[in-house]
Amino acid sequence: MADAQRGGAHRRLRPSGALLGVVPFFAYVTIFLLIPTLVVLIGAFVSDGAITLGNINALWEPAVVTALWQSVFLSAVTSLIGAVVGALLAYALSTARPDGTLKKLVTSLCGVLAQFGGVALAFAFLATFGAGAIVPTLLHEIGIGSGNSGLWIYEWNQGLLLVYLYFQIPLMLIVFLPAVEGLKPQWREATETLGGSTLLYWRKVAGPILMPSFIGALLLLFTNAFSAYATAAALVSQGSPLLPLQIGGTFTSEVVLGQANVGKAMALEMMVVVGVVMVIYAILDRRASKWLVR
Amino acid sequence: MTGQRARFRRRQTILRRVVVTVVLVFFFVPFYGMLDFTTKNLATGGRSLQTWKTLLDFGEIGSTYPDLKSGFIASVLLAILTPAIMLMLLVPTMTWVRLRLPGLSRTLEFICLLPLTVPAIVLVVGLTPIYAWVTYFFGGATVWLCFAYVILVLPYAYRALDTGLRAIDVRTLAEAARSLGAGWGTVMWRIILPNLRTAVLSASFLAVALTLGEFTIANLFSRTNLQVAMFLVGKSDAQISVAVAFLALVFAFVVLFAMSFVGSGKAGTSVFARLRRTKKETA
Repeated sequence: MADAQRGGAHRRLRPSGALLGVVPFFAYVTIFLLIPTLVVLIGAFVSDGAITLGNINALWEPAVVTALWQSVFLSAVTSLIGAVVGALLAYALSTARPDGTLKKLVTSLCGVLAQFGGVALAFAFLATFGAGAIVPTLLHEIGIGSGNSGLWIYEWNQGLLLVYLYFQIPLMLIVFLPAVEGLKPQWREATETLGGSTLLYWRKVAGPILMPSFIGALLLLFTNAFSAYATAAALVSQGSPLLPLQIGGTFTSEVVLGQANVGKAMALEMMVVVGVVMVIYAILDRRASKWLVR
Repeated sequence: MTGQRARFRRRQTILRRVVVTVVLVFFFVPFYGMLDFTTKNLATGGRSLQTWKTLLDFGEIGSTYPDLKSGFIASVLLAILTPAIMLMLLVPTMTWVRLRLPGLSRTLEFICLLPLTVPAIVLVVGLTPIYAWVTYFFGGATVWLCFAYVILVLPYAYRALDTGLRAIDVRTLAEAARSLGAGWGTVMWRIILPNLRTAVLSASFLAVALTLGEFTIANLFSRTNLQVAMFLVGKSDAQISVAVAFLALVFAFVVLFAMSFVGSGKAGTSVFARLRRTKKETA
């Protein structure tokens, strides 16, 4: 498709060397984006200079399958909870004054948590929920727990799940707020004029309009959690329970020969998952923009 | 009817207050936890400001935690270089494509949005052989991560600049300037760039933000930027690294909060609107 368009561009152009103007950019992205992508795509099928399916077969090793499954599970759960809570927050915030300080405060806070989180968030979590920290101590004082949080904060399906919510909920707010703000008050008034209740409005009017945006945001949250590395790397010190950590592991352990190319196969696996989700997202987003004029 | 409306408004206000309060408490607990943790005297169990005093003593930080110093310097340099390279690449190319090569615009958009489907951890894997060459030519300094960071910010910067270019009539401006005798360099510097001020600002801001928060690539290439330094220091001195993390988060929050006031003049020009649009429209 791209080639056909480029051909079209050629035909419309006088041979004036206008293409020279875009050479630096395309050279740059070739070196730092296209070649790396090809390295992953090709490297996944090559080992010691020969074409092989060995790297792909290595994806069926129990450790890798477990990591993929746990990554998908963690991403699915955190994106579901994040989407529901974030959507509720977005709705609540959309009823506030449009230029009010409250809205600015919450969106700024969410921007920080969603974009800058990473390592800082992991440390914040440890300082708050770790052994002898404020939350376990408080809970102990009101009679819950022993005051020592134990090891649950380092578990991928407990501590990590909680800390992921600290960037999933904010991201949902940032992504979903425009959709909620796009709901026109006239739609609600029209429903009321025709005798509809609030419940009916949500079921028959607002719900269906927001649904594509909601699912789209959910998918975006999924890929966000699925490709996150920093928080997990800073929090989990033993083992590699998630796929990004497994890939990271192939960098540090050079013991096993050919491990680097298994890393490429795992990277390809991630790209495929993210790619599929992104395609569904693109289709949904086209539907979502039908009602919401941005 | 008016009574009904008033009741509805009241209920909405209550819902808003409850939801926002609960979620804000949830978000602020870690911040409070960090303050609590960094002011603890771990030896005696009382309160002490020692951690913060150490952190404010730049000389001591430099000698006791060399990682923190070098990581901070590297991150500042990266935060200057990344937006600079990004702007030098994108602004002329996007303008040029608009003016002379409109057939290329879909290809350009596709390439710029491609990094969204390539997670940083995947990019690292593919960049390994490239960075072997970068190290060969430029040396192994942390600053050269800027080449990879430009790729990471590409989708966000593209969206921001695209919105800016859409809002001005590039062709007419360029033709007017050209007919008055300006060269292409003058058109870029004195005509296009000043008209794109807001877009360039928010693209740069996003680039700076992303650069300061980046951990994955730096860590896996064993280079020390601020985030990696925080991570490394955390292994030996948790209190200092938590204090740095706190400062980083608060600094980012203050900057974003300030930006939200700057951008509120026109709807859709704030960084958040940009960010939202980027997240929403791209795939």
